[in-house]
Amino acid sequence: MPDKKKTDQGRYRALAFVKGESLAKEKDSLVSEDELETWPYLLRKEFLAAIIVMIGLMIWSITLDAPLEEPSDPSLTPNPAKAPWYFLGLQEMLVYFDPWIAGVVFPSLIVMGLMVIPYIDINPKGNGYYTFKERKFAITTFCFGFHVLWILLIIVGVFMRGPGWLWFWPWEEWDSHRIVAETNYDLTQFIGIDSKSLLGSIIGGGIVSIYFFLGLTVPYLLMKMKNSLVLEKLGIIRYSIVAFLFWSMLGLPIKMVLKLVFSLKYIWVTPWFNI
Amino acid sequence: MSDKKGKDKLNIRELIKAKGILGAIKDLMLSSQVWSSFFRHGLEDTPKTRMQTVISNSFLHLHPAKVKRHAPLFKFTWCMGGITFFTFLILTITGVFLMFYYHPNVRDAYWDMKGLEYHVPFGLLLRNLHRWGAHLMVITVWFHMFRVFMTGSYKPPREFNWGIGVVLLVFTLLLSFTGYLLPWDQLGFWAVTVGTNMARATPGLGHEGPFGELLGMTAYNDVRFALLGGSMVGGNALLRAYIWHCIGLPLIVSAFLIVHFWRIRKDGGISGKL
Repeated sequence: MPDKKKTDQGRYRALAFVKGESLAKEKDSLVSEDELETWPYLLRKEFLAAIIVMIGLMIWSITLDAPLEEPSDPSLTPNPAKAPWYFLGLQEMLVYFDPWIAGVVFPSLIVMGLMVIPYIDINPKGNGYYTFKERKFAITTFCFGFHVLWILLIIVGVFMRGPGWLWFWPWEEWDSHRIVAETNYDLTQFIGIDSKSLLGSIIGGGIVSIYFFLGLTVPYLLMKMKNSLVLEKLGIIRYSIVAFLFWSMLGLPIKMVLKLVFSLKYIWVTPWFNI
Repeated sequence: MSDKKGKDKLNIRELIKAKGILGAIKDLMLSSQVWSSFFRHGLEDTPKTRMQTVISNSFLHLHPAKVKRHAPLFKFTWCMGGITFFTFLILTITGVFLMFYYHPNVRDAYWDMKGLEYHVPFGLLLRNLHRWGAHLMVITVWFHMFRVFMTGSYKPPREFNWGIGVVLLVFTLLLSFTGYLLPWDQLGFWAVTVGTNMARATPGLGHEGPFGELLGMTAYNDVRFALLGGSMVGGNALLRAYIWHCIGLPLIVSAFLIVHFWRIRKDGGISGKL
């Protein structure tokens, strides 16, 4: 135990090690049974993890060389030209949506959506432990978005897409002359209305609006009818954000099904943008 | 003065007698002013020195002296946050070495890659470490986010730190993306061309995006032009990617990392129930 002594400046030095209960933290004596010293119990694991990662990365780097293709040539476009693998989920979306949605709006919504999660998930349960029962909606939604829409689309983009962004199984040889004749239709063309006409545009816009309108109001009314506590706690602003993000996310698989099953190209055509 | 000197000499002789030459050197070293100015505490394994080990070391004292009993459990952390930071350190170090051999201009960039392969000692290994390390970092960041979500660790009081984490996730992707162009091969060139083509379609700010033309956007003044320093991927784009990759983004990421780590402690420590 160091001696208490007056320093030249006449000040006291704060020393950390005094036996007995801590003044700084009232409940220290209560939680101390629940604590471990960082050294060695945490730090040794961190160092061990660092060593394992370093060895793994070393082996990976010795056995596998980083790719280096021919010198860049702006006049020679590879087919397919793929973005880095971690963006291939977004590139895969280009099959179903125009670039302004797949490349700009959806990424922005993903980032903003992730950031607002703590503020719209007001469920106090499941804080710091694993549970599915206590937060079914949150986990299901997140895992669907992360594993299916993000990871699975990346896998499709990396392994299944060949020349012309056509589907090739990994064991299939890429045939750059393969042509798939498909005619895509805009939604209003199914009922015989030109999608580029004013009427077609209004119908298309109406359908998109109705999609979000119903998406926001129907669950609201259902929950209201059940006197849902969750809805009461959420409040109208949080509820609207949750519902908007949720239905925007589901817009992707819905459009995928429509495109793949019904060859649908656009739901809403305007002179400025198409959805 | 001379008395004291004589006494010291005597002590050394006695010390050598008692502990042998090596033992005496060790003893003298450990009790010297130089040593004790470097290391403020002893090496014996007591609760006190365990805590001093952490709080008297500027790098280790990112940690608190004590953590909750469940905090170091693998099932809580998956080690993913720490591994992500470790890959960031590996990338910084290998990146600095790579900068010694790289010229960010259209004429040299590609041939510097070949130079790393054929002329620089361990050059290829260096590049491989940097490349695969970058891929690893992207993967571990995602797993880190997934784990934090699964344990609900974004809930109060950690909401703000989750937001910082999302920013760091985005910047990790941007770091990787800007690095993709630097080898100046077909792979990087076209990946970045495809990627930045998206910027053309930015609503209002890209010349092919909704309302872009109405707002006077052309290929020579829209957001893609600002990113590339031109209307297509060329020398300016390479230089911009290089500077963002080596200076701009790492600085920003470091700032956010500081906040991220500091907030972990302020908000109740790593993982677990609060």
